[in-house]
Amino acid sequence: MRYMNNEAVMKKMNSRKIVNLIFKGIFLFATILALMTLAVLFYRILSQGIGYLSWDFFNNFASRFPEKAGIKAALIGSIWLMAVVAPVSMFLGIGSAIYLEEYAKKNKINDFIRVNISNLAGVPSVVFGLLGLTIFVRALALGNSVLAAGFTMSLLILPVIIVASQEAIRAVPSEVRAASYGMGATKWQTITRVVLPSAIPGILTGSILALSRAIGETAPLVVIGVPVIIQFLPSGVFDTFTALPMQIYDWAKRPQADFQNVASAGIIVLMSVLLLMNSVAILIRNKFQKRY
Amino acid sequence: MVQQIDKKPETTQIVYDTKGLNLWYGTNHALKNIDLPIYENEVTAIIGPSGCGKSTYIKTLNRMVELTQGVKTSGEIHYRGRNIFDKDYTVEELRTKVGMVFQKPNPFPKSIYDNIAYGPRIHGIKNKKILDEIVEKSLRGAAIWDEVKDRLSTNAYSLSGGQQQRICIARALAIEPDVILMDEPTSALDPISTLKVEELVQELKKDYSIIIVTHNMQQAGRISDKTAFFLNGEVVEYDETNVIFSNPSDQRTEDYISGRFG
Repeated sequence: MRYMNNEAVMKKMNSRKIVNLIFKGIFLFATILALMTLAVLFYRILSQGIGYLSWDFFNNFASRFPEKAGIKAALIGSIWLMAVVAPVSMFLGIGSAIYLEEYAKKNKINDFIRVNISNLAGVPSVVFGLLGLTIFVRALALGNSVLAAGFTMSLLILPVIIVASQEAIRAVPSEVRAASYGMGATKWQTITRVVLPSAIPGILTGSILALSRAIGETAPLVVIGVPVIIQFLPSGVFDTFTALPMQIYDWAKRPQADFQNVASAGIIVLMSVLLLMNSVAILIRNKFQKRY
Repeated sequence: MVQQIDKKPETTQIVYDTKGLNLWYGTNHALKNIDLPIYENEVTAIIGPSGCGKSTYIKTLNRMVELTQGVKTSGEIHYRGRNIFDKDYTVEELRTKVGMVFQKPNPFPKSIYDNIAYGPRIHGIKNKKILDEIVEKSLRGAAIWDEVKDRLSTNAYSLSGGQQQRICIARALAIEPDVILMDEPTSALDPISTLKVEELVQELKKDYSIIIVTHNMQQAGRISDKTAFFLNGEVVEYDETNVIFSNPSDQRTEDYISGRFG
């Protein structure tokens, strides 16, 4: 007794093929729509802003006159911000990930912590801004300094770094850990000599992507009260500063049409920084990828 | 290749003496009241069907079993007269004396040289000349020196599975252990590689005491001096290998060996 009726199968064949084609079309359309939007955005920004990109643009401070406005304070300020965010968030993030994956026992409390770190990654950035305002700006009296903003941004991207690092650490096979323990290695020796060398590409990739999110974030800086028009560079982490997204936001909301173009020039700079960071992340991933 | 088993004098030293060992994974009573003396410079095979506790037992001997969550033990295992569960006996110290070879070849994603030098390095040897000598001696000991001596700096993953397993054996030899535990070391290997590892085991027992878990009864018969038959977490029978295979005293052992179950 055969259950597959050849005729019935053939009758259905055409409609199955059509459904297949329809869905292929839908997905293609979705992809093209996304790419088109991106292309239009790029074109608009490039055509508006490219004329303002000059040596003066990088070397001038903010100004009331669009032709004199420059991005120096914001660019240097963002670099200062990263100088705080990168070490703080990576140290805390990778440290937490190592603890959670290698040291912490599997129990209810730790499962609860693990789940909630992922939840924290979804908390809106403005909420982290409020947290930073309460703790760092007011309670610790750091003011709207590089340090206060850096700590706030670190908190914001910490969950992302922890989750990415945890995944990289978890991807190291338990067999190689067992091999290390089996020879009398301590936990710390196993972590530094076996686990981290294999996990570091994944950890770095995740960290750099998180840092490039921090460099583009505006909301927490607005809440902390980071100023925009600054005519000097910070000389230390306790000085006030401004950052690229703040500067772009300020230009974009000015009434003069020329400032829209200045904002576009600023966006080009910010996008270049982001692209650069993402390329470094991809390079690291490709170069150090280890296979098992 | 049938190996003639020479009768050892009864005065042979005991390396491992297990007394009343019980082990639980959570509520699962995996090892039940195990008593097992293991002798020096012999190959002791542990056989039994899947889930009988043979792997658990061998992993208890160097306390690797404790990496699993929720493991509880009672009873004693004396290694060279010291209870390995004593508070002041650290696992690191124990595992320096007891090397382990695992079921699946598990070299580090490092060069062949760095794989072998790993153990000596974690125990503090930094001198390049000494490391070179240890690497050569260990690779020779594992009968793989001639195959890899010209490419010590290549990644161990570029080797075949059988070669990788002998690298893992060499890696275990590099810490100059007293005992080598082997947890089904040939189960992932082809017949020719298996044969090489078996020959190696025969060679190694001159200098080391070897405890080998195997699901392959022919293998146990070929290479071991004593065999313990585990069933449902208990030792059913433990005797000279030729006695176990030719004249077992327990009906269950006979059933298992003749292939009636397992």
